[in-house]
Amino acid sequence: MNIPALEAADALLIIPALSALVLALLSGYRLTAYINLISSGAAFLFAGVLLFDRPTAGNYLFVDDLNVVFVVLSTFIGFTTSVYSASYIGHEIATGKLKPAHVRFYHAMYQSMMFAMNLALLANNIGLMWVAIEFATLTTVLMVGIYRTPEALEAAWKYFILGSVGIALALFGTILVYMAAEPVLGEGYDAMVWTSLMQYAAAFSPRLLNVAFVFLMLGYGTKVGLVPMHAWLPDAHAEGPTPISAVLSGLLLNVALYAVLRFKMLLAANAAAIAPGPLMITLGLVSLIFAGFMLYRRDDIKRLFAYSSIEHMGIITFAFGMGGPLANFAGLLHMTMHSLTKSAIFFAVGHIAQVKGTQKIANIRGLTESHPVLGWGLVAGVMAIAGLPPFGVFMSEFLVVSSTFARQPLLAIPLAFGLLVAFGALLLRVIGMAFGEPSDSIGEVEASVVPLFFHLALVLLMGIWLEPHVAVWFQNVAGLLG
Amino acid sequence: MIFDFAAQGAQMILVLALAPLLLGFTRKAKARLLRRRGPSIIQPYRDLLRLMRKDVVLADNASWLFRSAPYLVFAATWVAAALVPTFATGLMFSWSADLIVITALLGSARFFLALAGMDVGTSFGGIGSSRETMFASLAEPAMIMIVFVVALIAGSTQLSEIAFHMLSHIELRVSYGLALIGLVIVAIAENGRIPVDNPATHLELTMVHEAMALEYSGRHLAVIELAAALKLLLYISLIACIFAPWGLAPHGADFRAMTFGVFAFVLKLAVGGSLLALFEISTAKMRVFRVPDFLGAALMLGLLGTLLLFVSRSL
Amino acid sequence: MGTLAFDIAHLLAGGLVLTSFMLLYQDRMTGLINIFTLHAVVLSLSVAWQAYSQHSPHLFLTAAIAVVFKAVIIPVSLRRIMVRLRIHRDIEVVGGVGVTMLLGICLVALSLVVMLPATAAADPLAREDLAFALSVVLLGLLMMVTRRNAISQVIGFMSLENGLILAATGAKGMPLVVEISVAFSVLIAFIVIGIFLFRIRERFDTVDVQELDRARGGRR
Repeated sequence: MNIPALEAADALLIIPALSALVLALLSGYRLTAYINLISSGAAFLFAGVLLFDRPTAGNYLFVDDLNVVFVVLSTFIGFTTSVYSASYIGHEIATGKLKPAHVRFYHAMYQSMMFAMNLALLANNIGLMWVAIEFATLTTVLMVGIYRTPEALEAAWKYFILGSVGIALALFGTILVYMAAEPVLGEGYDAMVWTSLMQYAAAFSPRLLNVAFVFLMLGYGTKVGLVPMHAWLPDAHAEGPTPISAVLSGLLLNVALYAVLRFKMLLAANAAAIAPGPLMITLGLVSLIFAGFMLYRRDDIKRLFAYSSIEHMGIITFAFGMGGPLANFAGLLHMTMHSLTKSAIFFAVGHIAQVKGTQKIANIRGLTESHPVLGWGLVAGVMAIAGLPPFGVFMSEFLVVSSTFARQPLLAIPLAFGLLVAFGALLLRVIGMAFGEPSDSIGEVEASVVPLFFHLALVLLMGIWLEPHVAVWFQNVAGLLG
Repeated sequence: MIFDFAAQGAQMILVLALAPLLLGFTRKAKARLLRRRGPSIIQPYRDLLRLMRKDVVLADNASWLFRSAPYLVFAATWVAAALVPTFATGLMFSWSADLIVITALLGSARFFLALAGMDVGTSFGGIGSSRETMFASLAEPAMIMIVFVVALIAGSTQLSEIAFHMLSHIELRVSYGLALIGLVIVAIAENGRIPVDNPATHLELTMVHEAMALEYSGRHLAVIELAAALKLLLYISLIACIFAPWGLAPHGADFRAMTFGVFAFVLKLAVGGSLLALFEISTAKMRVFRVPDFLGAALMLGLLGTLLLFVSRSL
Repeated sequence: MGTLAFDIAHLLAGGLVLTSFMLLYQDRMTGLINIFTLHAVVLSLSVAWQAYSQHSPHLFLTAAIAVVFKAVIIPVSLRRIMVRLRIHRDIEVVGGVGVTMLLGICLVALSLVVMLPATAAADPLAREDLAFALSVVLLGLLMMVTRRNAISQVIGFMSLENGLILAATGAKGMPLVVEISVAFSVLIAFIVIGIFLFRIRERFDTVDVQELDRARGGRR
């Protein structure tokens, strides 16, 4: 049936937009937290509906196999983060680290960001997608600066400048794609619609598409956090509030990657254009190895995991760059696992920062003794993200490595090297933090630990048994990606 | 044949005769704008005659270079000035009137003058020569870029053809504007006018050309002063020929057209001199270490003009 | 009409590139703001001329937005911010002016080499606009990289946006969605900039970003 599904796609936009408006007008923290939670939950439910019922592609919105994955993942993490955020920020206000005045627009911004991300994922128009990503960037900039400390302002400023430059380059790439499409599809909106672009891609000028892809890769790649455009990422993750770090790592990076993937598909559909794969492979490997080495000398826990995000986005980009059904499948799986695991880790990190009162790794020790639930949660999370079995990340990394061995054995060497380097660093750090003599704590865990363990349980489950429907679904998308 | 010879010879005599007049006119215009009476227009002629009658005073250690440099400088500058079409194109030696040749001639004149400045071993001469060479190291590339721009538009570096092209294709091109501004900047720098150098003073801070010629006296000095006046006339007539070639008698024209051309030329010199005077009184001299920025602007304008031309040519 | 239209478009686009160079060369804040105003004016003239020669009246709206926002509102507000925050009037640059200018020329040459062959199939006006627009974007980027003052970085970013507007108008028939988004981004960006500049000044007594860097201290 068409009608409920069409409403589902629209609902995914209307709910966050309306909530944002409502939340901007209200001011009590608890009320706004509840409304935030409820709208995020509702959005997730509608995303679930989209799994079963797809509307026909309109001029502005469309749903296909690829963006359904992203939408469901995005709304799910949005929901669990809103649960976490409700108690976490509440505790921050209670301990006085955040003033109520600063938090006034926090929930409105959160919903605006969800709106923008949903719009970017569902958009059928390359211009609309760009607008949505720009809007998402701006809302997260404001949220990163919410603590108003000098470091937070610097991080927000850096994020703003670098993000805007990236977005500007992406706009230039978008304009070039339009210029390539215009002779074939005519002027106006028609030349910006994804479904039409994919249909006629073979008729576009290949040279123009090549130049456009370079700009798009650089521009959206900045938002994905690929080296060397990653400079904003560690600061933004470290200085923003923890729910925002979780959302940045788990959602925004994925949305930017989605944009890159769409354009990769466009370029792949034109036989005469350059293969987009090698560029993505290079950027992915560079990010992986660079971030792996940078993990060794971090002394702030959030920065540590921010670099870990860069590393994993590098792996995912590498996998999508390799192409072919196995590597694409591995990339999708890794992306899902990474989003879930990394947000879980950031939840744990937020708890740690609240109980220990510090983010410095040197001052965090013996968590399994002082706060066992949290300590073992952290250990599980780091085991997951480092790629240890039986967690899902191990499965996806294994698939990436094996598909690389099968297609380009030489590339598997730097890939495996990077993975090992990162593994070593993370293990080293977590042993120091979780075991040994406990350092001073300032309190107990106040915020909800349910989202943390829920995510970890999902990752464990998917590592052991990948539900057949999900597997088939990922395989379809892998085929679509080419 | 005789007519062609006469026309070319007339051009050579004309530039020589008009150069001091142009200098006097500029000085008078400057003075009038500053509400002074100023020296008479023919004062430079009187100065030259006075200098010719005086004795030459040579330093003991002056070499043959010092004695012959004024004539070399004068010769190079006179030839360059005589080649630029002033009242007619297509004259007898116009096939050699190439922009690169003119730049090279001026470059050699500058070379000899700089050497002569250092020859006697005084510090003022050294300062003048080093400053002159520093300015030249930026002004020459700027000049070459401007020559590129003009040559790309006109299809040749020969001045007669450039003037002919400009006369027949009147179009609005941003590269022309950029080249004009660049050439004006180079002209100001090469002739040592404000804001690069003050021609009226003999202070250490402001001397460049004067410092190199400080040791000269008598007829040597007269020849160098005449060369400097010729250089100013050359640049103004160069600008007029490339950017305002109206009134130039075409190739093979009759006597009336040439006379008309002479009148047009004198008018252009007057306009150029007045604009120069106006510009000089409305700005202050800039500090020496800022002159490279000033000349760098001319180089940038030339480069930009070339790039813009490449764009429009490859479209 | 054909070549005159082309020549005027060439003049205006080339003028925009020239103004970008002038922005690179400024060493005083008031000069920077004035040249930025000139930049915005040249941009709106160029967009208006495109509107006229492409027969697309909605571009006149873009030109009007550019003039009102970037040539009037933003310079006036930047001057007020300058006065109120008492930002000192000299701009610190990284690297000498000469090197910056030469890099700028190389970037312009690079963008011409990249864009002109790639757009071989399009019409000359669009090709030229895209090539110059990319030059302006790259020059804006260069300005952001070589400046240490937050306000001059913001101006560099806005000149980059101007280049993008030129590119968008050069691409014929690009729908209104881009214009709205560009105007909207200017608005939001300005609000964000305004808030941050005030907060930065509050915390640091300066908007020198090297000072901001020092706040990081030994943080790794």
